[in-house]
Amino acid sequence: MASDNRPLSPHLQIYCPQLTSVMSISHRITGVALSVGTLLLVWWIVAAAAGPEAYDTAAGFIGSFVGYILLFAWTYALFYHLCNGIRHLFWDAGYGFEIETAYTSGWAVVIASVALTIITWFTGIVALGGSS
Amino acid sequence: MSLRTPLGRVRGLGSAKEGVHHWWMQRTTALALVPLTIWFVSSVLSLVGAGHAAMVDWLASPWSATFMVLLIVATFYHMQLGLQVVIEDYVHNEGAKFASLLVMKGVTFVLGLVAVLSVLKIALGG
Repeated sequence: MASDNRPLSPHLQIYCPQLTSVMSISHRITGVALSVGTLLLVWWIVAAAAGPEAYDTAAGFIGSFVGYILLFAWTYALFYHLCNGIRHLFWDAGYGFEIETAYTSGWAVVIASVALTIITWFTGIVALGGSS
Repeated sequence: MSLRTPLGRVRGLGSAKEGVHHWWMQRTTALALVPLTIWFVSSVLSLVGAGHAAMVDWLASPWSATFMVLLIVATFYHMQLGLQVVIEDYVHNEGAKFASLLVMKGVTFVLGLVAVLSVLKIALGG
């Protein structure tokens, strides 16, 4: 059923990315990344139940260079998905569809997710300094 | 030719009225995960540098265990709903789609279950 005036999906090769579209696909990408990240959460909890040795192995990995990189990336992904998820919930309730509002809330999510990531890591590093 | 029974037709039955179940569950778990995530991040921050004994001590308290189980259930429910949509969007071969959905649902269920049981083991002093 071919028709000339049916809507087309954007042609990604020539599509000019906007904040709103980039944030939309980022929500999905961070969601998938966080799904992979749950492996770390499960490992942490299962290791705690298994005993001190298993826990030290898990904690050792999390405290390693690679562990920190992953944890940092997942912290940002978590805050991004959380903040943008709240933005989505407002849309689901019928608010914030105006183009201007969508951009304002978009920038608010970007700033909030970066700020929350920095605050969390700053607090964590201070706590680590205090505990050792 | 209709496959509906005459009784079903006269009663107006047909749709199970659950077409939006996936949508609602994704939003419900999302809403629950907002406070749970904030609780989780602040809890993990309070455990920075702590060893096994301190972690188990914290998780063994009834409130920690309760929130942790809620976090795990909401997270894995939300996650399998989200991954389902991703698979349905990108895997077009029917066989491959069915297989990957089964594997994904199975793996998320097992991961969620082992995490919940681990929390319970600690909370119930196993």
